[in-house]
Amino acid sequence: MEAATASSPTRNETRGALRLGRSAIDWLLNVYAGLALIYLLVPIAVILVFSFNDPSGRFNFIWNHFSFAAWTDPFGVPGIGDALSKSVEIAALSTLGATILGTLTALALVRYEFRGRAPVNFFIFIPLATPEVVLGAALLSLFLNAGIATGFGTITIAHIMFNISFVIVTVRSRLIGFDRSLEEAAQDLGATPWETFRLVTLPLIMPGVIAAALLAFALSIDDFVITNFNSGSTITFPLFIWGAARVAVPPQIYVIASMIFLFTLAMMLLTVWQQRRAERMAATRPDEPEPARTPATAASG
Amino acid sequence: MPRALKKTGLPYLLLLPGLGWLLVFFAIPLLIMLLESLKTGAIDTGYTLTWEFANYSNALSDFNDQFLRSFEYAGLATLLAFAIGYPLAYVIAFRGGKYRHALLLAVIVPFFVTYLIRTLSWETILSDSSLVVDTLRTVGLVSEGGRVLDTTASVVAGITYNFLPFMILPLYASLERIDGRLLEAGYDLYGRRRDVFLRVTLPLSMPGVVAGTLLTFIPAAGDFINAELLGTPRQFMIGNVIQSRYLEVADYPTAAALSFLLMAFMLIIVVVWARIAGTEALLGTEGERR
Repeated sequence: MEAATASSPTRNETRGALRLGRSAIDWLLNVYAGLALIYLLVPIAVILVFSFNDPSGRFNFIWNHFSFAAWTDPFGVPGIGDALSKSVEIAALSTLGATILGTLTALALVRYEFRGRAPVNFFIFIPLATPEVVLGAALLSLFLNAGIATGFGTITIAHIMFNISFVIVTVRSRLIGFDRSLEEAAQDLGATPWETFRLVTLPLIMPGVIAAALLAFALSIDDFVITNFNSGSTITFPLFIWGAARVAVPPQIYVIASMIFLFTLAMMLLTVWQQRRAERMAATRPDEPEPARTPATAASG
Repeated sequence: MPRALKKTGLPYLLLLPGLGWLLVFFAIPLLIMLLESLKTGAIDTGYTLTWEFANYSNALSDFNDQFLRSFEYAGLATLLAFAIGYPLAYVIAFRGGKYRHALLLAVIVPFFVTYLIRTLSWETILSDSSLVVDTLRTVGLVSEGGRVLDTTASVVAGITYNFLPFMILPLYASLERIDGRLLEAGYDLYGRRRDVFLRVTLPLSMPGVVAGTLLTFIPAAGDFINAELLGTPRQFMIGNVIQSRYLEVADYPTAAALSFLLMAFMLIIVVVWARIAGTEALLGTEGERR
């Protein structure tokens, strides 16, 4: 402290140098983050660009000619359309199953005190910490020993299995902040337990349930490892790509990937835009009192 | 009666379908696989349960290389993902401003493309006469006629890339939650920037660091897609062995033993991490009713 006051000019100088060093560090950090973003996005850009390629060989790895051919005939490769529709069917079915089972479990875990909750929490966590190869291999052991032929049904079973834990974790995080007095109010006003659930609980947890369902759908349609073990002769879209990767990679694969990508991106942007609009409308409505802001949200916003 | 049911039976009733499914299609299969791992025999004659514990030591010694390689690659990829992901998550959380959500969207954009196709895209990028490899040759980072594809580097790069969002998202979540007033307090107390970072920001982001490293390391150590598409048998990991022993060679006992060994190593790592981080942060059950 004393030294600092005694040598104030030099201190100012070092401060100046420090500030210069600081902005250099800031700048470097931003550049670094920018490079990291580019690393994340380059492979996606490559997919979009190479979907317009007219490859000279069987593998779409080297740029040859610009062409719309693959885009005008995206299902021109035999089997690719069937594989895609199988994937969508399985994803829809397994999402429905996993979302219902997972939501019920999450409700039980957050809303009730019961003996054995801690071990149940741990039991739900284990599938998340198990490598996919092990999940797939174990399930195949069951089907082999029980003499069950693998195919569409076993893939759906497998997808529900690995999705349940993800759904539980997602819905649970939404349920934790849940205000139980709303349910009590409904009950006091004479609602039956079922009415309370349908009219109060379900609408309130719906955003969490929808988020969980979207996650489950995405994980199901993307899964290769577990599906590969339990597919039998059924071919899903990822299995089709795996088979193709060894013999030929037609640009159609990149076209369908680009289509799924653009569709997902559009959906995402639409949701964000709608949310923004709803917020703006809520903000401009004059007679509605401002929702009470907690210090935390006020600080972050 | 309904009240009594609510008090005692309802939670168990709600748990029954979900936990039942996990019991039948997750827990019981693991038990069956445990028995499978102790069998001897051959695929034509069938496998019989002989409690052959030597399967484990044989599997470990036969595939020692692949085991070590799995943990080496997964560890490297986790470190790289951390080195790439932490600064990015930091910049988005503290400097993102109104672009924060757009930047986060850019982080999850790779997930909009199927895993296998992302990996094929890397095969395109790193293939022998691609733009990137040609440039690296010109610069001299890759020798003339040298390759990038089918090397350890390409496999680790692929793994790092594929699991990077799993690292960034938890890091961002924990950094974003940090109260800015704590950092200000640090500066007001004449903390230098490095001190504020090391003593305030980094410790407060530890839950994200733990979650991110686990979410990256676990799938990375079990992965076989990157080694298969971006590597050669010399880069094969334990996942490649399990998958080929099961599906191609039909050597079920060895495959089952390897699966259990992999799972055991994973659980040890998770438990060690849990001791460092606290199980509540790990299981995500902090806010539950006592």
